[in-house]
Amino acid sequence: MTDPVLRVENLSKSFGALKASNDISLDLRPGEIHALIGPNGAGKSTLIKQISGSLKPDTGRIEALGRDITALDTVARARLGLGRTFQISSLAMEFSVLQNVVLGALGARGKAYGLFRNVMKDKALLTTAQEALKRVGLQEAAQQRTSDLSHGQRRQLEVAVALTLKPRLFLMDEPMAGLGASGSKDLTAFLDSLRHEAPILLVEHDMDAVFALADRISVLVYGEVIATGSADEIRNNPEVRRAYLGEEDLA
Amino acid sequence: MSLILILEQVLNGLQFGVMLFLMAAGLTLVFGVMGLINLAHGALYMVGAFAAAAVAGWTGSFVLALMASLAAAAAAGALVEVTVIRRLYDRDHLDQVLATFALILIFSEGTRWLFGSFPLFLDVPSYLSGPVTLPGGIQYPLYRLAIIVIGLVVGAGLFWLIARTRIGVQIRAGEADREMIAALGVDISKLYTLVFALGAALAGLAGALVGAIQSVQVGMGEPVLILAFVVIVIGGIGSIKGALVGALLVGLTDTLGGVFLPQLFALMMEPASAASFGASLASMLIYILMAAVLLVRPSGLFGGSA
Amino acid sequence: MALLLVPLMAWKMDEPFLITLATKVTILALAGVGLNIALGLGGLVSLGHAAFFGIGGYAMGILASHAQNYEPLFSWPFLFEGSNQMPLIWLVAVLASAAAALVIGALSLRTSGVYFIMITLAFGQMLYYFTISWSAYGGEDGLSIWVRNEMPGVNTLDPIQFFAVTFVILCLTLWFAARVAQSAFGLALSAARQSEERVETVGLAPFKLRLIAFVISGAITGLAGALFADLMRFVSPTMLSWHTSGEIMIFVILGGVGRLYGPVVGAAVYILLEHLLGGISEYWQIFLGLLLLGMVLFARGGLIGALLGREVAHD
Repeated sequence: MTDPVLRVENLSKSFGALKASNDISLDLRPGEIHALIGPNGAGKSTLIKQISGSLKPDTGRIEALGRDITALDTVARARLGLGRTFQISSLAMEFSVLQNVVLGALGARGKAYGLFRNVMKDKALLTTAQEALKRVGLQEAAQQRTSDLSHGQRRQLEVAVALTLKPRLFLMDEPMAGLGASGSKDLTAFLDSLRHEAPILLVEHDMDAVFALADRISVLVYGEVIATGSADEIRNNPEVRRAYLGEEDLA
Repeated sequence: MSLILILEQVLNGLQFGVMLFLMAAGLTLVFGVMGLINLAHGALYMVGAFAAAAVAGWTGSFVLALMASLAAAAAAGALVEVTVIRRLYDRDHLDQVLATFALILIFSEGTRWLFGSFPLFLDVPSYLSGPVTLPGGIQYPLYRLAIIVIGLVVGAGLFWLIARTRIGVQIRAGEADREMIAALGVDISKLYTLVFALGAALAGLAGALVGAIQSVQVGMGEPVLILAFVVIVIGGIGSIKGALVGALLVGLTDTLGGVFLPQLFALMMEPASAASFGASLASMLIYILMAAVLLVRPSGLFGGSA
Repeated sequence: MALLLVPLMAWKMDEPFLITLATKVTILALAGVGLNIALGLGGLVSLGHAAFFGIGGYAMGILASHAQNYEPLFSWPFLFEGSNQMPLIWLVAVLASAAAALVIGALSLRTSGVYFIMITLAFGQMLYYFTISWSAYGGEDGLSIWVRNEMPGVNTLDPIQFFAVTFVILCLTLWFAARVAQSAFGLALSAARQSEERVETVGLAPFKLRLIAFVISGAITGLAGALFADLMRFVSPTMLSWHTSGEIMIFVILGGVGRLYGPVVGAAVYILLEHLLGGISEYWQIFLGLLLLGMVLFARGGLIGALLGREVAHD
């Protein structure tokens, strides 16, 4: 089945005179990691927000898992299977690690209106939560307060929460940001194994990770996709080199 | 109901609105520039009124009394800003609400302790009292007209300050991006104290002006404060223009509604219930207006992001 | 923790004045528990909660005054002459406040932050002015109810028995609040307070969660209002003023926002201060203001927070 899991068609978004997204089209195929790179200010965040549902595009269409999701809000897209991690960790800081993941499992279950039963004793939720924690390697930290976690651990926690949703595709915004060398290596290996469960659309600046992981790379400059292709194709693309000249060494 | 009566009520509504604008402008400035919600603003209104009444009592001069109200309110504002308010800028709104609520208690009871529980009186100066004849044959109290004029002049001054002076530029920049102006080397603490004191002075002036029409007593600021909140919600938090439009809207709605609604209902039902029903509805009218505006524009008429 | 409640019981055998005081604390604590669900758990700074307190009070006032005057409240679809039976009054109070909370919440929760605070304040004031102008039930002067309402099996005029009734209600409500805090709903609501984005991306809708919390919160505060009116045998618009809203918030803050027994401690401290300091000076509220200011600036977490330290939320 080579139908793309996510398809963005002719997406455009302007903020006043600034065209943040200019007729963007790209897709995400099953089993792949598709990286989105580009210089600062290229409009990557704006694009991600439109795909996740926090921003409405001016024109264009987004299709995910065979359905037109352009009109759906964040909550609906999450329910459909869109997993997401944030550039700046978006976690409930006062909760313990386990509580955050249980929240995810609760969301997966769909309804959070039970008023009487103690949610932290719910066996089904706990099992899902602990499985997710084990997968990212955080099971030891389950009782720790989230605000006490290191940067890298918070990143892992975010992935764990996203996993509880059993997502069909992942949207990741700079997961490597703030991680040290060993943290990046670990996360890179983890994402590599994750791709078969759910393809990943990855926004990243860390070129080592990008070239190690990505099946395809799209380059975004001034709101436009100037190239899409394999790592080699992108490395050798003259336009891309021009855009990045002085910013990154691609060779 | 005659045209004269309507015009008179319109003028009353304008006068009320202009006073609300003075209150609301201070509130919205403080929120726009510093991100702080200040419940104690009504207390500053009260301080201005009391200062004016006290000084008028000692010197007999209304002009001195007004100046005193500006000075006292500004001083009180600056003092409060330096001691309490500046610790609150980084706190969440709940803390700001509670701390400023505490300030209200302190100010109210403090004033009661200093001046006693009986209201003070501030007299309209003789050169401003009595009616004046307007075009069309309407007799309208000169003092109220003076209030409208003073309020509009102050408003114009405020717009000029914001649009044309360096301080105004700093204020507008601060509203847009607080961190940025600090990085640009502007002395933030002084700017904030200045803005807060300015807002306080406006409130104090309003208190003094209204104090001559109504009595000067503890707690006089609170109904006005709440209305000022309604005004800035309608107008959009952070927008002076919104404060003016909102204030005039609220002032006119409240005044005209209070007068004409009971009469409207009298057409449909018997006088006794019309009067009480009309009065009830009139008192709720502004809040209904606010709810209506919010349904259509959740950030107010001229509000950006809150 | 339950030790905090024991002193209330210790006064049982003493002067009726103290019992009445304890009853007042219990009822005000109940109002605080209601607010705490919206404020502490949900992070909703509702500055108009006195509206629900007053609605509950007026529900009682209206039903009871019609009963004692033998005037029918309405004759269609059936003749209803009001009531002075407490359980019925409580039911009406709860339903009325819940309905009001539903409407006010649905409108206000579309906004957030400062707007929400101001809108809840405005709605509270709107109802306040409405009751002032509602001359049928006393308007500004309020409404006196001569006889305390009845409860099957209890002599409600006996202070200690009335106290027992309110105490039981408080305990049941505390139990309920504890269960809610630990439930799935409580987890999601608390998470929405900490990170709205997070809740949305796991597929839950913060608006619905908050609305439900607001309604429950309003209903509990409304019940407190009905009880308060019964205690005082008097209902007046002051019950809806923003000062009352502020006071309820003070109880919650004094004890510690989000702590289960916070409102109980807070109400107790507040009433204690009112009586001790009020005896010393007529201007005791200045001290209250200073205390509150000090607490906000220096001692976050309230009294319980100071005693027990930071806790993991939701445990």
